[in-house]
Parts: sequence; structure tokens; C-alpha cells
Amino acid sequence: MQPLADELAVGDMLRQNGVSRRRFIKYCTGVASAMALPPWMGPAMAQQLQNAPRPSVIYLSFQECTGCFESFTRSFSPTMESLIFNVISLDYDDTLMAAAGEQAESALAKAMHDNYGKYVLIIDGSVPTGAGGGYCTSGGKSAVDTLREAAQGAAAIVCVGTCSSFGGIPFADPNPTDAWPVSAIVANKPIINVSGCPPIPEVITGTLLQYVTTGKVPDLDEHLRPKAFFGTTIHDRCYRRSFYDQGKFAKTFDDEGARNGWCLYELGCKGPTTYNACATTKWNGGTSFPIESGHGCIGCSEPGFWDKGSLYSPLSATDWGKAGESSPRQVLELAAGGIVAGAALGVVSAGSGRLRQYRSEHPLDIDAEEG
Amino acid sequence: MDLLHFARGLGLQIAIAIFCLGVTWRIASFALLRIRREYSRPRESILKYMLGGLITVGSRSWPHREFIGRTGAGEALGYSYHLGLFAVVLLFTPHILFLQSLFGFGWRGLPSSVITILSVITLTLFLAVLFRRVTNKVMRLLSNFDDYFSWFITMLVMATGLAATAHVGGPYETLLALHILSVDVLLIWFPFGKLMHAFYIFPSRAINGALLARKGATS
Repeated sequence: MQPLADELAVGDMLRQNGVSRRRFIKYCTGVASAMALPPWMGPAMAQQLQNAPRPSVIYLSFQECTGCFESFTRSFSPTMESLIFNVISLDYDDTLMAAAGEQAESALAKAMHDNYGKYVLIIDGSVPTGAGGGYCTSGGKSAVDTLREAAQGAAAIVCVGTCSSFGGIPFADPNPTDAWPVSAIVANKPIINVSGCPPIPEVITGTLLQYVTTGKVPDLDEHLRPKAFFGTTIHDRCYRRSFYDQGKFAKTFDDEGARNGWCLYELGCKGPTTYNACATTKWNGGTSFPIESGHGCIGCSEPGFWDKGSLYSPLSATDWGKAGESSPRQVLELAAGGIVAGAALGVVSAGSGRLRQYRSEHPLDIDAEEG
Repeated sequence: MDLLHFARGLGLQIAIAIFCLGVTWRIASFALLRIRREYSRPRESILKYMLGGLITVGSRSWPHREFIGRTGAGEALGYSYHLGLFAVVLLFTPHILFLQSLFGFGWRGLPSSVITILSVITLTLFLAVLFRRVTNKVMRLLSNFDDYFSWFITMLVMATGLAATAHVGGPYETLLALHILSVDVLLIWFPFGKLMHAFYIFPSRAINGALLARKGATS
């Protein structure tokens, strides 16, 4: 009897689909190169993949907009279908799967049971804890309970998107659902954050592929993001960087500078403080990225990006709370307060100084008064 | 609230308030003192001795011919780093945007590469100034904590700014936060230390000059 697709090793699966070994090694080398891995990792990945069974992957969606999943489906290299048909066994994904209701729930329970301790758990969306977790439920269970249960048997957790990585927009002030990122709820499990609103498709698939092929968590930065994709700022790799260095800035979105493709720093571009691969990997199969389309980076892959002032305030501008940039009137009011208080202190100091002046000029009068 | 948010938000607000309070306090406490009565007859008309004050502002800003050999280098050093500082502070586009967000108007800046070169030169001059201060016996004797701290905080602003621009020594946002935080500290220190010379220097020269002119002396 021919084994089921799920039981086949990746190599067998590829052979069955007519993929030659040479083509497969080229593919792995390409993926390794895209992830900035050393050259020897390509063949090593191919070797590992050929003999490995397809790892089970469970994709859970919580408080999210499905933008991250939409992004995931648009990966060009590797494509999502090549991943789920050849490399991983996507055992549960409520957006993609045909099953619904109890059928879907039992698929999740079976995947968790059969692959306990081995499956990769992908989380999309933040986890609301307010109202006893009641803001996000599925199958009668709250997101927070589902996460805790699913995390117990996971080999690793990959947080796709800024919401699951850092809380994202639901976490932004005033955070009405008391939403949290996965890392605030799950401890003692390897967590890989693939942030972005949404993340770059190839960054999602590349990170997944790297983990399932090497079985190791990649090098992460302080925010648990893979350094291969989040190691440099967008500003560092931006094709408009030379205009920043030359001091050529677009002042509005439709002025001469904007038409000439000058730097968008003055229009609030957050590229200098945003770590992501937008400027190198780009979007839509390497077609372009937001800055290339004429809009500044909004810093969506950084923690708390929604609460960091206006998206259109330059990074070096002031940031005075919810209103964002300060207004001259606010500065004037603040300065006036300081000046009035300073003037009052000055009057007291000058009064005391005048007394000292008087005493030094009329020592005899004072002696007489005291005598 | 992260460090950058604090530095350019609440931290900056506190710094601006203390700066305004301190500067007004220091100026008012001098300006409201009683001017000592002069018993001698004025040698010049009031117009002339006021003119004498203005002339002194100019003449004291240039090395005296007799001492140019001894003081010229020091003054050249002083002027150079002050000019460098002004250029970097007022003509770097991110600084202009910062000032624009405070005051509501901006102006055209210099290319970032030019500012980087100017910053490196100014930073070198700053080190030279410190070297001169610690190697010159008289200056060393005259220097106190105020001098060294004023130098240090100005240097820190320059160094963190340069590091942020060059992306050296840490993530950009951390360096930018440290840069703005060091500006906050400078603003707070400004009225209470020798940085206050920015406000005192010309009025004090003018008053000295006017008083001397009243007595018929030139300065």
C-alpha cells in the first residue's frame, strides 16, 4: 500500500512530484541565500529535508485582520503551496481548511495529540485577556486558553505579524480588550517573532522553512526576530538613502522632491528606526516596497508602532503624547509657565541681593539699628 | 513609554520648562539689582557712553593687538568650535525639523555629509579645547566642576548625535534617544552653569564698556 502523503519524507514527496535532486538543492541554496545563511547551509538543508518527515504545523488565528495570512499566501519564493504540499504538513488553519465546526476542532485536537512536542505553532493576532478572554473565542474556548493548551505541546512558536509578536494595533492605547502578545502569555517555549503589519511573505515562509529544515531557532534580535531578516534598518538599505546623505528631502507627497524620488524623512518616514527586510526582499515577488511607491515607512514591524506619535511626523520632531508633535502654542505655554516662575524667583533673588547691597553700602546704619 | 518617547516627550517638556525658569531667574536676579550710584561727573554724554558699550561688545570679541600672539590661537579655537556648533545645530535637517516642530517654522539645511564633516571637525576642536584647559597651568587652576561638566555635556550631545547619524555604537533609535536625552540634560544644566554665558556675554561687555566710557576710558 502506498503511504499517505503525510507519512512521506520530504524527499520522497518531491520525487513523487517529479522534482529532481539537482533542482531541489538549487532551491534550498536559493532559500539559504535569501536568509543570509552560510553557503554550506543550502546542501545541508536539502539533506535534512530529504530524509525528514514533513513537520506538523498548526496555524491559529486570534485577534487579527487576516492581513498576515493574506501576506503569507502571496509568498513567491518559496510559495505557500510548495511549503504546504512539499515541506510542511499544515494540519490546522481555520482560514484555509475546508473543514468547519466540530470537524475542524477535532482536526486541531488530533494534530496536537499526534504530534505532541513536535509541531510548530503559528500564531496570528494578539491575545485578548479582557472579559475573561471573551473578546475572542472559537469553538467555545477563549483565545488565551487555546493558546496555553496549544503551546504546551509545541516545539516552537512562530508569531506571524506585529499583533502576535508585540500586541500590534489591538494592544495600542487604550487597549480595550486587554490584548497581549504571545510572549507575554507563553513562557519556556522558543518563540520566533516575524513582525510586520503584515510581515513580508518571504520572511514568513523563509523563517518557517529555516526552522523546519534546520530544527533550530535562528539567530534572533532582542525582540526575538530572525536577524537574517531584521538585522538592519530599512534606512540602511533604502535606495533613497543617498538623498538623505545629500540633504535632499521631499517636503510634500506631490512636490518636486517627491517626483524626483528624494528621501521621505521629513514626511515622517520611520525607516531609520525600523528593522525589516522591506528594502531588500521587497514585496510582491521583489517588485517594490512602500518607500519605492512614494510613502514613508510607518515602522509597522517595531513594538508599539501605533503609539509612537504621528505616522507623518519626522523622527527628530518632538513627540508630546497622544497629540504627537508639539504645537508652537504648547511650547509657548510651557515656556511662559517657566518664565513666570523664573521671574518670580528672580524678583526674590534680586530683593535679597538689594538687601545685601544696602548692607554693604550702609554698614553703620545697620550697626546702629542693631545696637 | 520607551526611552526615545520619553526623551522627546516628557523629558523634553521638563527640560524646556526648567531652561526657561532658570534663564529668567538668573537674568531677572541680575537685571533687577540696583545699579550702584556713580558719584563722579560723567565724562561723556549719555549717547556716547552707550556707544562705548556697543563698541566694547565688538572690541572684546577680537584679540587685542598687543596680546594676539598669546591669545590668538585660543580665541581662534574658541570661535571655530562655536561656529561649528552653530552650523551643526542650525543647519542639519533633522535639527531643523526638531526646531520646526517646536517653533512652527524652518529653513533650508546643509547636506548631511557636510554636517558630518563639520561635526567631526568640531568634535576634534572640542578635544583640543579640553587639552588646552588641562595642559595650561593657569587655566587648569581657574577651572572647576562647572567648566568640565559644561564641556562634557556639550561634548556628549555632539558625540551621541554623530554616533546616531553614523549608526555607530548601537541601534539608531537608542542613539537618537541618548542624543535627545543629552540635549534635555544640557537644557536643564544650561541656566545653572557656565553655559549661561550665551545670555550674559554681550550684555556684560556692553555694561562694562558703557561704565568705562562714562569715566572717559576706552576698552
